[in-house]
Amino acid sequence: MNDAGPQPESDGAAGGAPAAVEVVGVSKVFNPGRSNEIKALTGIDLRIDPGEFVTLIGPSGCGKSTLLRLIAALTGVSEGTVSVNGKTADQARLDRDYSMVFQRAGLFDWRNVSRNIELPLELMGWKAAERRERSAEMLDLVKLSEFARHHPAELSGGMQQRVAIARAMSFHPQLLLMDEPFGALDEMTREHMQNELLRIWAETQITVIFVTHSISEAVFLSTRVVVMSPRPGRISAVIDVDLGERNEATRDDPAYFSCVTAVRDALRDGGES
Amino acid sequence: MNAAKSLGRAWLPPIAAAAIMFGGWELLLALIRPDGFVLPPPSSIVGAVAEKFDVIVTATGVTGFIIVTGLIAGVAVGAFAAVLVTAFRSANETLTPLAVAVNAVPIIALAPIFNAWFGILSPRSNQAVVVVLVFFPVFINTARGLGQVEPSQIELMESYGAGKWRIMREVRIPNAMPYFFTALKLGTSLAVIAAIVAEYFGGRQDALGNLITNSAGLTRYDEAWAAVLAGSLVGICLYAIAVVLERLVMPWYFAARRAA
Repeated sequence: MNDAGPQPESDGAAGGAPAAVEVVGVSKVFNPGRSNEIKALTGIDLRIDPGEFVTLIGPSGCGKSTLLRLIAALTGVSEGTVSVNGKTADQARLDRDYSMVFQRAGLFDWRNVSRNIELPLELMGWKAAERRERSAEMLDLVKLSEFARHHPAELSGGMQQRVAIARAMSFHPQLLLMDEPFGALDEMTREHMQNELLRIWAETQITVIFVTHSISEAVFLSTRVVVMSPRPGRISAVIDVDLGERNEATRDDPAYFSCVTAVRDALRDGGES
Repeated sequence: MNAAKSLGRAWLPPIAAAAIMFGGWELLLALIRPDGFVLPPPSSIVGAVAEKFDVIVTATGVTGFIIVTGLIAGVAVGAFAAVLVTAFRSANETLTPLAVAVNAVPIIALAPIFNAWFGILSPRSNQAVVVVLVFFPVFINTARGLGQVEPSQIELMESYGAGKWRIMREVRIPNAMPYFFTALKLGTSLAVIAAIVAEYFGGRQDALGNLITNSAGLTRYDEAWAAVLAGSLVGICLYAIAVVLERLVMPWYFAARRAA
């Protein structure tokens, strides 16, 4: 499978089920050997189990988006291995084990809302009737059923991002990779979207890896916060967040605030080293 | 009622402007009375159209055929080349500098050379000038539209395991459509200019270009102007067809602009 020596046996340890994502000894260098060489990531080890909600947080240039792209096999590692569901990241991409959501909704203007959601299903060769049925289901999930025939440009930023999530979830992937998906939204819409995402996560039992630079967002959403620091990009702390089921009251919970403080301290420590 | 009102609002100003322009033209010439050959009044151009109607219709047909076929070929080749250079980096490195070099050539200057290649009386040489002139704006604009795609949309398609050609079909080509139609509309007027100027140097003797040079040579300027008028009508019709096509092919584009 791979020739890296000391590798944790994911299959055995977790009692059968392979890790959703297993990153071992990964480094990433852009433009190697050239004058603009950048060490984006170094010595990354990370194991994510099915059903987790893991946030990657850190300042600009810490490589959190790069790590997400390595897991998505949109770019290759320089060293180490990335496996998704026990397969290579690239095989997982071709098998459509995961789906991505970006900061910009990236909906296609030439497709209406429903047909945007159907796009991945079309690429997978689904029949039109099945596509339409699933698209309606997904619109129901993100509560936008009445906008099926609307044009993306007629929707607000938050609604567009909900369509992007519906599109990402349309083929029931096991893993959702989100790159600052709410970064361009205003604070009120953002909190609403966080609640919606947690509801969808609870309903679908999907594994989520979520990149953000908002501490409060990271703590509110995730079961685990991975704190990263720059130059070179690395994991400086992993903080478990045990706040139980989230709701609006969670945002005023002292336990929530102590987690926020813990993440903030970890970010500060990481930045100084 | 409302539709009629908005139609009136759209058509009335240009019609009024044209009426004022031609009326002013007619009136000015009636006042200063220059020699007829300097600038004939619109009324005598209309008279020349009536008098030489058959000749003008034939000439418009001959030149119109060259314009339309040359335009279609130029657009097809330009769009195809744009897809090619977007899909293959090596094609981009070879074809783009070549196209830029070709564009630097004053294409009209090639007309006599094309005549030597295809025969002085052959319409092929005129078509060739149209093709070469139309090619460039279509190629450059379409290539830009194919290339200027939001990077995350490409990553999204790659994350779904879509290959290069699928991304071309689903993302790049629809994205390039507004650019392509801008070039097509530009191409319609370029094609008219190219065909008529090319006909000054050769091609069929019953075409618009020849009618203009011959009439002017015989100081029948009203006939020359009538031929110019026929050429511009062809241009206006082609432009209108391009606008209608644009609406039919990408209704989403206009819907998005209305919403924005």
